Formats: sequence, structure tokens, C-alpha cells
Amino acid sequence: MLGESDLTAIWLTLKLAGTVTLLLLILGTPLAYWLANTQSRWKGPVSAVVTLPLVLPPTVLGFYLLIFMGPAGPMGKLTESLGLGTLPFTFAGLVFASLLYSMPFVVQPIQNAIEAQGRRHAEVAATLRAGPWDRFWHITLPLAKPGIVTATVLGFAHTVGEFGVILMIGGNIPGETRVVSVQIYDHVEALEYARAHWLSAAMLVFSFTVLLALYTLQRRHAALRWRYGP
Amino acid sequence: MAHNKRPPQNVIAGRFLLPLRDSTGGEPFTLDVDFEIPGHGVTGIFGPSGSGKTTLLRCIAGLQPCENASLLVNGTCWQSPDSRDSRLAVHRRPLGYVFQQPSLFPHLTAEGNLSFARKRAAQTVTDQEFDEIVALMGIAPLLSQRPDALSGGEQQRVAIARALLVKPELLLMDEPLAALDQARKREILPYLEKLHRSLDIPILYVSHSIEEIARLADHLLLLENGRIQCAGAATELLSRTDFPVQVGDDLGVLLGAEVMDRNPEWNLMRARFGGGELWLRDSGESVGEQLRVRILARDVSLTLEEDQQSSILNRLPMCVDEVSADSDPAMVLVRLRPRNITGSEKHSCVIARITRRSSHLLELEKGTAVWAQIKSVAIVR
Repeated sequence: MLGESDLTAIWLTLKLAGTVTLLLLILGTPLAYWLANTQSRWKGPVSAVVTLPLVLPPTVLGFYLLIFMGPAGPMGKLTESLGLGTLPFTFAGLVFASLLYSMPFVVQPIQNAIEAQGRRHAEVAATLRAGPWDRFWHITLPLAKPGIVTATVLGFAHTVGEFGVILMIGGNIPGETRVVSVQIYDHVEALEYARAHWLSAAMLVFSFTVLLALYTLQRRHAALRWRYGP
Repeated sequence: MAHNKRPPQNVIAGRFLLPLRDSTGGEPFTLDVDFEIPGHGVTGIFGPSGSGKTTLLRCIAGLQPCENASLLVNGTCWQSPDSRDSRLAVHRRPLGYVFQQPSLFPHLTAEGNLSFARKRAAQTVTDQEFDEIVALMGIAPLLSQRPDALSGGEQQRVAIARALLVKPELLLMDEPLAALDQARKREILPYLEKLHRSLDIPILYVSHSIEEIARLADHLLLLENGRIQCAGAATELLSRTDFPVQVGDDLGVLLGAEVMDRNPEWNLMRARFGGGELWLRDSGESVGEQLRVRILARDVSLTLEEDQQSSILNRLPMCVDEVSADSDPAMVLVRLRPRNITGSEKHSCVIARITRRSSHLLELEKGTAVWAQIKSVAIVR
């Protein structure tokens, strides 16, 4: 069965995924709105950067983050000068890395949902005397709700399933950076297959349930069907 | 404003110069209009598809940015080329806009859609005013419904009520009936007429349907290729043989008439117009009521002698005013005026569309006395 260290790992994983998802919704929604509406020449480069974690091996992302956040990297220097120490091998470091890693899973569904609305509803709202903020809060966001739900689920699930990046920058500190996927790796390394089985099965059931819920939800919003590769 | 003249109060004056690059690779298009229309009543903006009607309306609303433009609505400047600051954002213009596609917000009920507008209205909308508008559009039973549960016609009625609830000073309607089938059009038109009669808001009504324009418009702005072909009173423009926009079979005259008496025996009534008297189907109007009737040129035939044996009720003694060419080489248009009326006196005319051969055989020329046999008269209002 699950040992105490397993439960610690599960709790840590849920805390990480929850924090990251919340931050991503706050940061990713304006970004998605901008990407959906902008005519700027920066749209291409910004989209590419946001999508990069989809194609980049997690080890590559993790490696650069390690350098970037380390004592010699620009972010490391900044956090040290603020008296925060360096981020690698801390929970905050995991949160930062996961933000980048799970970004496309949150930004793209919201961006798609906003693009699918077209301009009409916002134009109608403008003729009904609604200003830009009013339109964003009362028209754009409510109409993008299915996309936001998808983004929340995918962002959360994807952060739970993260392994490569965490191993690169977080190592394996119990209660601080040892998430479920790392814990499973440890069990297998130690040839504790039975414990690895329990945790893996839990992850499998969790992932399946999440995706099943998502696709059931999407059937109701057929217009916003969203498919994602591995 | 640079000059001290007070801007005219009861007029909508606009000038827009807007070159548009066509993203679909078609011909580049330039909207180049300068107009002044009365600040009351319904002004029909009429023209063929692609003539720039919708673009003009979007410019007036501010939905289509146009730098080189000025717009003055009943004494208020909405936009002027002198300074960029003077361009009011869409949500600051006191207008209502009805789009071609019914465009209710799908996440709100019909009532939610109405409240959205009511909350943002320029002045408070009292419960009584709210109920009046709901009753005017006949949507009280629909309020709890979601938009996707309503028919296209019902959605459009809710959308019109929603536009009215912001208390607009100008109502813009972009082909509000175009997306509806014939039955739904017939369902909505009476509501639009009621709107026209009961509200004192100037309305700009875009349409490519001469039927809707004839029914609703008091004034007319004719648009072709992004330019204004002519502007004026609807009855006058729609009675011209050289109507500048190609309307083909729909060419005809629009006449004002007054009900003289009703004839229950035959279910008919007689009405007087500036060119004589007409028998009309009795549709319940009371004596003395003003009507607007339309006589299509193709429904008028000519005889030299009165044909007493005819089934056609409306036979009017008239004389030829002008014979002009039609777009169809086999046909001519004959403009007729009442006999016994000299040229300068105010009168109504009727147009007949007959074959060139008939015109030749009857030896029609200016002044020829004829009987106009009118096969059908449509009461449009």
C-alpha cells in the first residue's frame, strides 16, 4: 500500500499542480486574449515561445532552467540579490519551471476559445455601450468558459505528470521537490516494485478519469473540441 | 469647431473617405460619401450587394475605423478629422445597432440580453419603459428562453428590443431581415412599422430589398460602388423612371393615398391619390387614414380607349408624360400623369412597363391620352 513518503509526495504534487494552474490561469488568460486579438508582428515569436515546451525534451528545458536559475544565471543573481537564495532544488523553483512547462496547455485552449468567438459579440457589446474591460469580463470570458475549463484540467493534469524538468532542477528532496513521478522512479530504482505499482496505478486512474471527464465535457461544447498529442 | 456657427440640430451630416484593401484579393474598394439626411424618420440606405452599405453603417457606428471622416448627429459631433480625440469610441456613441445576423449573447437568456443593455443605457430605463419596449416587439413570452431556443425571427425581435433599451439617439439597422426566410420577414415587418410609428428616433435602415425600403423608408440614400448616387424623399426617388440603381422587375411608383370610403359589400375600399382614385382591397383601415401604396410598372398596361369589359377595376384616364428606354431592349418605360393637370401642378405619376412594339403600335408620345389599367396595387403601409 501507500507509505507515508508516498502520501507526502502525493500532497506535494497536488500542491504544485494547484499553485501552477492558478498562476497560469491568471497569467495565461490575458496572454491568450492578446494572442487571439493582436495583429502585432510579435504574435508569431510569442506563440512559438509559448508552444516550445510541447516539442522540447523536458531535459533540455530543465537544463536551461537550471543554468538560468542557478547562482551564475541571470535569475539566480536576481533572487540572490533579493536575499531569496537560488531557486533550483526548492518548491518555488518547481513552480517557476512548471509555469513554463505547462503554459501551452493553458494558453492554447483559451486562445482557441476566444478566437472561435470571432469579433461579433464584442462588437455587439460595444454598440450596447460596454467599454473594453466590461466586454472582456462580461462577454469574452464567459463565452470562453469551455476553453477555460479545458485549460484548467489540462494544465493541472500536465503538471501532475511532469518528470523530466523536475528531476533536472528539483532533484529529489522529500517534502520539497519529490513529486509522485519522482517517487515512482525512486521505488523502481530501489526495486520496490509493489510500491511503484500502487503509485503508478493511482496516477493511471487519475489521468484516465481526468481525460474522460474532459472529453465528456467537450462533447457538450462540440465547437471547441480540443485534441492534444502526447 | 473652428467656425462659430452652431451645428444644425435636426440633421445627420457625414463625410467618410475610406479606401479598403480587399484581403480576399478582389477589387480594391473605396467608400467615398458625403451626405446630409434629416435627423428624424427612417432613412433607407439602398444599393446592390457590395455597394458599401454595411461599411457605411459600420463607419457611422465607429465599428469600422475611418480617419478621414466627420460625423454630426443632430447637433452633436461624433467624429471630426480635425483632431483624433474627437473620434468617439463605439461604446460612447449614443446609438443602437441591429446586425444582419441575430446576435444575441448565447450565454445569457433573452431577458439577460435585455438587462445587459438596460444596465448600460445612457439614462435610467424605468420598468414601464422596459415593459413598453418588450410589448412593442411582442417578446414577453420569450424572456426566459435561451437564444438557441428561439427562432431567427424571435431572436431578431429580441435583438431590436435590446438595441432600443440603451436609449439610442440614432438606430442603425443593417439588413435586419436578410438572414430570415420569407415567412419570418413577414412576421417582423409589422414590428418595424410599429417601431417607426411609435418612436421618435431617427433610423438608418440598410437594405438591398426595394420592397422593405418602399415599406419603411421616408428618405432614401442610394449607394453604388461606394458612392452616393442620389438622395431624397423615398416617394419621389422610387417613382423615377431613371431610378439609378438597377431594380429590374421591381421598378414602380410609391404613392401616398387617403382612404375615402369602405365598401363592405365587395370587401374593397376607395382611396384618393394625387393622380385619381384607386380601388383597394379592404384591409381594415379607417376612412381618412393615410396609406402608402406601390404600383409596379409591370402591373400597368395601357389602352387608348377605356375597356369597359375588363376585369381590371382600376382604369385611370391619364396621358403620356415621357417614354424612355428600359434596360431590356424589348421594353420601354412610360411615365403617365393625370389628365387635366398642367405640368407645374403637384401630382403623382404612374409608370407602365410595356413592350417597345406596343408603344410603337399605339403611337405613344408625349401628350397621348391613354387609359392606364392597373392590375394590382400593393398597400405597403
